Amino acid sequence: MGPFWLSIKLALWTTLLLLPVGILLGRILAYKKFKARGWLEAFIYLPLVLPPTVLGFYLLTFLSPNSQTGAALQSLLGIPLVFSFEGLVLASLIVNLPFAVQPVQQAFSNIRPSTREAAWVSGISYWQTFTKIELPQCWQGILCAATLTFAHTLGEFGVVLMVGGNIAGETRTLSIAIYDSVQAFDMRTAGIMTAGLLAFSIAALLAVRLLGNNQHSREHR
Amino acid sequence: MTTKKSLRVRLQQSEPFSLDVQLRCERGELLALTGPSGSGKTTVLRSIAGLHKINHGHVYSGGDCWFDDAKGINKTPQQRSVGFVFQHYALFPHVNVLDNIVYAMSHLPRKQRYVKAMELLSLTNMDGLEKRLPVNLSGGQKQRIALARALARNPKVLLLDEPFSAVDQLTRRKLYRELAQIRTTLDLPMVLVTHDLNEVQQLADSLCLMHHGSTLQSGTVNDVMRKPVDVNAAKLLGHQNIVTANIKHNQGHKILCALGIEFEGVVTTDHFDCTHLLIEPSAIIMHRGDRPSRGERENPINVLVSEAVELGDELSMHLTANTGEHLHFSVSRHVAKRNGIQIGKTIGVSILGEGVHCLSA
Repeated sequence: MGPFWLSIKLALWTTLLLLPVGILLGRILAYKKFKARGWLEAFIYLPLVLPPTVLGFYLLTFLSPNSQTGAALQSLLGIPLVFSFEGLVLASLIVNLPFAVQPVQQAFSNIRPSTREAAWVSGISYWQTFTKIELPQCWQGILCAATLTFAHTLGEFGVVLMVGGNIAGETRTLSIAIYDSVQAFDMRTAGIMTAGLLAFSIAALLAVRLLGNNQHSREHR
Repeated sequence: MTTKKSLRVRLQQSEPFSLDVQLRCERGELLALTGPSGSGKTTVLRSIAGLHKINHGHVYSGGDCWFDDAKGINKTPQQRSVGFVFQHYALFPHVNVLDNIVYAMSHLPRKQRYVKAMELLSLTNMDGLEKRLPVNLSGGQKQRIALARALARNPKVLLLDEPFSAVDQLTRRKLYRELAQIRTTLDLPMVLVTHDLNEVQQLADSLCLMHHGSTLQSGTVNDVMRKPVDVNAAKLLGHQNIVTANIKHNQGHKILCALGIEFEGVVTTDHFDCTHLLIEPSAIIMHRGDRPSRGERENPINVLVSEAVELGDELSMHLTANTGEHLHFSVSRHVAKRNGIQIGKTIGVSILGEGVHCLSA
């Protein structure tokens, strides 16, 4: 599989697996007050400030078959988690956690508490309040989270290189292929790939901005 | 039997703020909960609906127990069958008016829901707006939909949390009339939280005055408004003319003294010490310069006009008695002009005993 399609596959898996987690954690952080809240938030948003190589180093150490945890995971799942696509997905899930949680958390926070309470006193169950009242008001935040996660996964370099290495067809994503091309002085190929990533990133940011604007204007009408 | 469907509430908590309230509201009755901000009115309403967890007490709707800590019962809001109208409407913003009401009808078969919703829209004068989103409604329209939604569940109790505070005065008056009309068709207990004493007098049958989480006084609106139990209650109910008083005993007779004179015609009580007098504005009669006024022989005193401000067609005055205490009094501007009233002038007024009530401190 070429680097382009590998990156798309990685971004799709990451987005698909991370969205439910993002919705769950975003809602918890928006509504629940508990003692470990600060710790949970710190853990979720840590990848925003931590250098990707540092995060990649810890993941590599943690998932390596030479470590106890890595060996246990490998025997449990039956697949190696370093220098493999599956390992790449796992690393990508952790790196992208803040992008999947923050927009959803914001969207849930924007729902007035009285709207949810009005649903309860109207006889609507807690689950139906979530599906019929909360989710429809949060879809823009969820879409925004999906777009950010997808775009950020496409561009991720440091953690991917540390955990996945550079195996053609297995872990060589678009951003690593660009690096390879530059190393080999193949500036034309690198130029085409970077232009593609740049165009996609701009489109993603515009989409996020547009969604954000829509949500903002809807809430303040 | 009326008691079978009445709402009986007893709530007690000490944390995070103290609350000690007892209420009873019969079906068809509208009970107003009033008091200053932070007195716990909304908490009472939320506790009845199951939106606030209370430590001790009970909430009974007729024979249904919604909450009783002694029995370990605490039903969810969904199980309590209340209609709740929120201060800022709390409509579901993503669905149209009709669905806002239909969502609250899970107890009915699907087909009946739309028929009943249309009936409620008609009842609240909202026909023709069923396809609109809440964002395209005015404040008054939103509040009508909120009321229709609250009634959609066929509730056993209707709770209204300052429902008119977010709309303009003109709309408020319209909504008062509409609620008064709808009330006649409702046979359930209704509890209204409000700051507005004018609203209380227009809409409510009974009144519970709250302060610092406790019931200060409750009874019919007329009784509570006219006869506050103490000085604190009188002030919270907006009474301004409260003066100190004392009772002298002379040959077995009680003589009530205030504002430097001995008062006649005031009913005193043995239940509490009469330390203050509440004087209703209508009980103050100004002596006219040209001819005697009705009742001018009753409790006459001379007072100094210490402040006079024109408010619309009226002249609002502070009258200072010899004791240094003030009375608030208003007359129409043409009467004030005819009698030459101005700041610094001493005028004669009489205080009718029937409009004077004893208060304890």
